[in-house]
Amino acid sequence: KRVVDYNVKVRVKSDGSGVDIANVKMSMNPFDEIAVEEAVRLKEKGVVTEIVAFSAGDAKAQETLRTALAIGADRAILVETAEELQPLAVAKLLKALLDKEQPQLVILGKQAIDDDANQTGQMLAALADLPQATFASKLEIADGKAQVTREIDGGLETLSIDLPAIVTTDLRLNEPRYVTLPNIMKAKKKPLEVFKPEDLGVDAKPRLKTLKVSEPPKRGAGVKVPDVATLVDKLKNEAKVL
Amino acid sequence: MSILVIAEHDNSSIKPATLNAVTAAIQIGGDVHVLVAGQGAAAAAQAAAQVTGVARVILAEGESLAHGLAENLAAQVLALAGDYSHILFPATASGKNTAPRVAARLDVAQISDITKVESADTFERPIYAGNAIATVQSADAKKVITVRTTAFDAAAATGGSAAVESIAAVADSGKSRFVGVDVTKSDRPELTAAKIIVSGGRALGSSEKFNEVLTPLADKLGAALGASRAAVDAGYAPNDWQVGQTGKIVAPQLYIAAGISGAIQHLAGMKDSKVIVAINKDPEAPIFSVAD
Repeated sequence: KRVVDYNVKVRVKSDGSGVDIANVKMSMNPFDEIAVEEAVRLKEKGVVTEIVAFSAGDAKAQETLRTALAIGADRAILVETAEELQPLAVAKLLKALLDKEQPQLVILGKQAIDDDANQTGQMLAALADLPQATFASKLEIADGKAQVTREIDGGLETLSIDLPAIVTTDLRLNEPRYVTLPNIMKAKKKPLEVFKPEDLGVDAKPRLKTLKVSEPPKRGAGVKVPDVATLVDKLKNEAKVL
Repeated sequence: MSILVIAEHDNSSIKPATLNAVTAAIQIGGDVHVLVAGQGAAAAAQAAAQVTGVARVILAEGESLAHGLAENLAAQVLALAGDYSHILFPATASGKNTAPRVAARLDVAQISDITKVESADTFERPIYAGNAIATVQSADAKKVITVRTTAFDAAAATGGSAAVESIAAVADSGKSRFVGVDVTKSDRPELTAAKIIVSGGRALGSSEKFNEVLTPLADKLGAALGASRAAVDAGYAPNDWQVGQTGKIVAPQLYIAAGISGAIQHLAGMKDSKVIVAINKDPEAPIFSVAD
C-alpha cells in the first residue's frame, strides 16, 4: 500500500474533512516492505517460483509497485480506482485476483500505518476460506504447510497452517533490503498489469462514512526539573501519582 | 437490540480487556451478552457472569476452541451473530486476529480500535498513529468492532448475576493447528493494565543495563516494564514489552520514559498516559513535547 511516509507528522485539515496529504512524501507501507522482502527470501531459498506484487489505489500506486519489483517481485498488478478503498473492498479485490492467479501463499503487512485498521489479511482469509497466520515473526514453508511464529500479547505462539494460506507480517519478521539503482532500472522493464474494480466484478465503494477528522487533544506544556528530588516531590505532591 | 462481547480469558478468569469492552458495549446500549469460548473455561464463564452490566453469558466449550484459533473462533461467533446488532472484541492480539474474519463473512466493514462511542452507529477511532481522530459512521446492519481498552473504564468485575448458558462448540476447520506457545514469564503487572510503567529505549545500551537500571525502579514502584521498538530490536527487552503504534497501547497513571527519544510511533502507544516523565540527555528529544 502506498501511504504517507512513516516519518511524516500529518496535519489535520482545518475543515475537518481529513488529513492533508497533498505534497507530503509517500512510500510503501513499512509492513508491506517486510512482506515483499519475505517473499523474495522465500524465492531465494527456492521455495517460491514467482512473486506477484499487488496494490490498489490511484495511478501513483504504480511507484509503490515498482519499488516492490525492484526489491525482487517478478510482476505486478494494480487495481486502479480514484475511490477511497477500505479494507473490505481491498480484501474483495484480492479475493478476485486469488481466484484468477491461484497463489499458494499471500503475504500482507499486519496493518497500514495510515488507517491503522489491521483487517485486510484476515478479511481476505475469511472471504477465500483459507487459514491465516497474523503478526508473523517467523515463517517456514515445508510439505504443503506453513509453520508460523506469531507475536501475541504474552509472548510468541506457533501455528502450523495448510497451504494455500494468508500470512500477515509483524515488524520482526525480517529487515527489508535497500533497493539498488540497477534493480530500480530493471524493475522498469518488469510487467505491470492494470485492472479496474469493475473488471474484477468487485463493488469497491466505502462502507464506513468518515464524518469528520479532528486533532487529538493537546497536552499542556510540561516542566523540566533540575534534579531527582524535585521530580519525586512533584510526582508525589502535585501529580499525586506515587 | 443485543450486543455480543467476545471475552478474552485464560479458562479460570476473564482478562481485564474484556471488562473495558463490556463498558463500551454498555455505552452503545442494549442487552450485553458475553461469549466465553474455550475448553475447560467454565470458571471464566462464571467470572463473566459476575460482571456488572452483563445480561447473559454463553459458554462454548470444545477442543476446536482450545487455543483461540481465528478460523474456529470466528466460526463460533458467526454461528451466534444472527441475534446481535453489535459484535465487540477487545483490540488485543486475539481480538484483532479474529474480528475482521467475522466482519468479512458478514460482509460488513469492521471498525477498529474505537476510542469513543458517539451513538449506536457512530464511533471515534485514531488514525495515522494517533495523530488524527476520525469520527466514522457505519451503515451496515451489523457492527463488528474492536475496542481500544485504554479508552474505556473497566466494568465492575462483581455485582452482576447473569445466567450462564452452554452451547456446543463448532467443528474444527482442520486447516490450522496450534503447535506451541512461548509465554514471557513475568511477576509484574500486565503492561496494558499497569498503573505505572517504566519504559526504556536504545540509550540504555545493553540488555544488562536495561535490567540493572530499570528493574529496581519498576520493583520500587510496583510498575510494569515497557520498551521502545529500538530497545526490542536491539534485544534489550522481549517483543511483547514494546509500546507504540505496532506494540501495546497503554495509558497508565504514570509513564516514565528513560532513554526514549519519542518517535511518532512510540508516542502513539503512550501519549494518553496521565503523567509522562521523560529522562533524556538530549534536550531536543521529541519526548519532551509530550512530557509533563
